[in-house]
Amino acid sequence: MSAGIDQEVRVTDAANGASAPDTPAAPAPPTDAAAPEARGVHTLSMAKAINAGLREALLGNEKVLLMGEDIGPLGGVFRVTEGLSAEFGEKRVLDTPLAESAIVGSAIGLAMRGYRPVIEIQFDGFIFPAFDQITTQLSRLTVRHDGALSMPIVIRVPYGGHIGSIEHHQESPEAYFAHTPGLRVVSPSSPHDAYWMIQEAIASNDPVLFFEPKSRYWPKGPVDLDHSGLPLHASRVVRQGTDVTLVGHGAMVATLLQAADIAAEEGRSLEVVDLRSLSPIDYGPLLDSVNRTGRLVVAQEAYGNVSIGSEIAATVAERAFYSLEAPVLRVSGFDTPFPPAALETEFLPSPDRVLEAVDRALAY
Amino acid sequence: MPARERDFTAPTVQLLTPEGELRATPEAEVYLPLVEALDEATLQRFYRDMTVSRRLDVAGANLQRQGQLALWVPSLGQEAAQVGSAHAVRPQDHIFPSYREHIVGMIRGLDPVRILALLRGATLGGWNPEENGNFHLYTLVLASQTLHSTGYAMGMQFDGATATGDPESDAAVLVYYGDGSTSQGDANEALVFASSYQTPQVFFIQNNQWAISVPVSRQSRSPLSLRGGGFGMPGIRIDGNDVLVSYAVTRQALEEARAGEGPTLIEALTYRMGAHTTADDPTKYRTDAEVEYWQQRDPIARYRTWLEGRGASASFFDQVDEEASDIAADVRRRALEITIPTREKIFEHVYSEPHPLMVEQAAWLDAFETSFDGDAE
Repeated sequence: MSAGIDQEVRVTDAANGASAPDTPAAPAPPTDAAAPEARGVHTLSMAKAINAGLREALLGNEKVLLMGEDIGPLGGVFRVTEGLSAEFGEKRVLDTPLAESAIVGSAIGLAMRGYRPVIEIQFDGFIFPAFDQITTQLSRLTVRHDGALSMPIVIRVPYGGHIGSIEHHQESPEAYFAHTPGLRVVSPSSPHDAYWMIQEAIASNDPVLFFEPKSRYWPKGPVDLDHSGLPLHASRVVRQGTDVTLVGHGAMVATLLQAADIAAEEGRSLEVVDLRSLSPIDYGPLLDSVNRTGRLVVAQEAYGNVSIGSEIAATVAERAFYSLEAPVLRVSGFDTPFPPAALETEFLPSPDRVLEAVDRALAY
Repeated sequence: MPARERDFTAPTVQLLTPEGELRATPEAEVYLPLVEALDEATLQRFYRDMTVSRRLDVAGANLQRQGQLALWVPSLGQEAAQVGSAHAVRPQDHIFPSYREHIVGMIRGLDPVRILALLRGATLGGWNPEENGNFHLYTLVLASQTLHSTGYAMGMQFDGATATGDPESDAAVLVYYGDGSTSQGDANEALVFASSYQTPQVFFIQNNQWAISVPVSRQSRSPLSLRGGGFGMPGIRIDGNDVLVSYAVTRQALEEARAGEGPTLIEALTYRMGAHTTADDPTKYRTDAEVEYWQQRDPIARYRTWLEGRGASASFFDQVDEEASDIAADVRRRALEITIPTREKIFEHVYSEPHPLMVEQAAWLDAFETSFDGDAE
């Protein structure tokens, strides 16, 4: 077992080396003398940042295609692909018929032909018609071909609550895909990460589920157009603290930072880790943090039962047992269908619910 | 109020009667020139391939009974549908099979031992289509491959690999599935996409009358070929036990596809004379009379009669039988030599790029297994 853990640590050390904690846009040294001129730091919303990242990918590789429902002239229901159809044409930006299984299934055929399809699933709750193609085909075709081909397909999924919408429009289905071997699953929390992670996901030769926290589409933030700062699958400490570690991904990172702000006013120092990658999970920064704080609260919008949070709790208990001063505690959506939106603020983990768990962790 | 149409029928296109006479049905006449253009060697090759397929079925079933295969999937009775359509394909074309098209793979150059390795539980498939006649892997989740084939055909369009006007280089895709698969959502979504993008593609349904134990009447109240029109593409019902019509209609549809005229749906009426797989018992759900009816329509017997009428010699048929037996014996011998993979294989190629869990778990399993080394002594 130890050999495996050593390997894990090596991977995460490499990931960490690229960036100091709490510096989301930390510049990496230039590696290519022919790199384009610096374009600087811009303030963008996540929706615009993903749009810019998609545009870079389309410009950089003619095999990159966008596929989805209403992503053409409309630019997608969230306008993430706005303008790309006009710039790249309908053979690079495909408004497909309305059938998710066929979008993924035909993208698989396109990938077999050497293309790199980037799919938009319109809403989280509408990915399930494609579940079979994703889990029985996409995830396994490389191993089924004994490595003779790759499946460089990205599936973008606007996900999560906080937008007050109707049923099937606020779900967090990421655990289903993290559970499936052969897939990679990531979720950015900031415009900067979104800009880079979408390009890194497209560059990956493995299938990547790219979960976009739709409640974070509109808030603006700095995007360093010159430097990513971290590899796709690295987690990152986004706020340093000493008393309790909080970990989450996507929109939950903003909730955790709010909780840490509130706690700071009460004299408590909370560290916040942004998971960024849900499969594989980069445990290095998380374990380092827990080894210092001795306490961990995992927060997620998804149902808690058999969730990413469950996996993290089990793994941290295995690997940081002697550092833990309290059991790993989970704050999740309840194990019910996502309720009518009028009740979503009670369903979704809030800063107060996170702080309630922090109190419990500190009571041990 | 006019009566609603409830009587759905489609003519069956046939060139060769069950008695072995070349007598084109009215709808088949346009295909005659394609058959007349075939040389004697190709016509004999059709017979040879059908015979090899049937002989391989015996060898495969025996291997399964002897515990050498988890399963054998026979094609008994479906030889004409498979062999005719496979020979309609040009070298640049791609074929997406279901999981019963062993002879199609062989015609494209795939070593059948690769299929036996899959059925033996030694691989998940593992052949590279581009090195094996563009014959893609078997797909066990029914109809999943229809969507892959449509996407592949879309890629050919985007590449400019089709519809340039040169049939020697323009490419098309042939996808096989069965009557049971037609009920799957994916099969229908593939027709939507194919029609929408006008893909260079032929959908070839082997309607062998049974989806394991469920008759085709449970899947569809109307001929499956009629579905083509509903999706905006030609649908043609053929006698799937007539190797000549299977060749000619598929050839014509592929040529139209490569010329940019869009997809076609072909329903080949055939019959699964054997079991679904060696795990099946067809005596529990179908009658002897039905099997006998189809035996009268045997694809190989009628074609042999026709070839004999054209002057094929007895020595030709003897030679084919001998060749088929040799192939089956060779496949059987090599099937017994298939190597079982070692444990590292579990973790290989799950991802194309390095993955920490694969490294960690492979190392753990290796350490665990080697910890027992020496205990045996």
